[in-house]
Amino acid sequence: MKIAIPVDDKKMEASVCISFGRTPYFMINDTESNESIFIDNSAAASQGGAGIKAAQLLVDHKADVLLTPRCGENAAEVIKAADIKMYKTMPGSARDNINAFTEGKLSILEEIHAGFHGHGEK
Amino acid sequence: MKIAVLSGKGGTGKTLVSVNLAAAAEESVYLDCDVEEPNGHLFFKPGNFYEEEISIKIPAADEKLCSGCRTCVNFCKFNALAFIKDRLIVFDEVCHSCGGCILFCPERALNEKEKTIGKIQKGISGQVTVNTGILNTGEASGIPIIKKLLDENRTNKEIISFIDCPPGSACIVMESIKDADYCILIAEPTLFGVHNLNMVYELVKLFHKPYGVVLNKCQDGENPAERFCNEKGIRILGRIPFDNELGTLNSNAKIAVRENEKYRTVFLSLLETVKKEVRHEAAVNP
Repeated sequence: MKIAIPVDDKKMEASVCISFGRTPYFMINDTESNESIFIDNSAAASQGGAGIKAAQLLVDHKADVLLTPRCGENAAEVIKAADIKMYKTMPGSARDNINAFTEGKLSILEEIHAGFHGHGEK
Repeated sequence: MKIAVLSGKGGTGKTLVSVNLAAAAEESVYLDCDVEEPNGHLFFKPGNFYEEEISIKIPAADEKLCSGCRTCVNFCKFNALAFIKDRLIVFDEVCHSCGGCILFCPERALNEKEKTIGKIQKGISGQVTVNTGILNTGEASGIPIIKKLLDENRTNKEIISFIDCPPGSACIVMESIKDADYCILIAEPTLFGVHNLNMVYELVKLFHKPYGVVLNKCQDGENPAERFCNEKGIRILGRIPFDNELGTLNSNAKIAVRENEKYRTVFLSLLETVKKEVRHEAAVNP
């Protein structure tokens, strides 16, 4: 199983990025090999629709699970169409959240925001 | 002659000024480009009106022809397309209707689909042609409606037209002032009003539009918006008093110039000032 997390830095101890669509990197952890790779989020600099493009990126990397603090409605539509399960992260590093997920401590992300559409995000 | 009336926020008096100027001009065109909340028609109560639906073109994929090459997904600058589980997903509200995806599809699997986003209402009030753009609730952008309103008015060279703009200084306002010969900025006499005035002031400068300010809701004492105009050397076209009678007429959806000689004089004088400014501008910067 592959778990994706938006992260602020390319390391296991990195904090989870507050933004899904415009996170600088995604960490993808393969639970079978327990190896993690970091990918640049090519959607981060998009003029618009960053969430859609970021979600497409995760689909293309064959993620099964997404751990994220929040997610916009367009991105959620893509994630849902791809049958990727979304869980809400808790405070802590990417590693902490992977552990929390494997211990079954994270809950399904149900709250989907309407998106920022170029406003309110840095 | 096309006059745009704009302000940095809602409720400063764009509709009051543009409706009354159009009514004072008698034979004129009033274009309500505030498509999210058009309210000029409440004053004009136009008769003989008819409606026209406005639609945009968005792509629709023929799944049988789509090879999954993703040319369209990669082409779209706005990321309006995603390819998930062998199926193309189109995000209508993200699409800017550029048609590029359709053009570049090597399989010709994409076609244009019409999507209604709102309408234009056209009517007459006295000698004023009243055209109103109305965006359907929930739609992302009213720009196609504004384009249509202004395009239809483009050939009109003789009759003076007033463009009642949406509030703010975003794309939708830029679209509304693009063709204008002159911009009237409406300002409130507060510090907050100055901030909002500055937004539209910067916008009209960026667009190299000739402009002037109308100070609305003027009371005795200090007017920060007036001070701002004096500091920046901005032409003040006129002052509208903060006045109970005018407020009452306006809140009862009455057109002040049609009801009261005093206000008729105020707006006629403003109209003359604006016309003079436009003529002067045409002579200086043809």
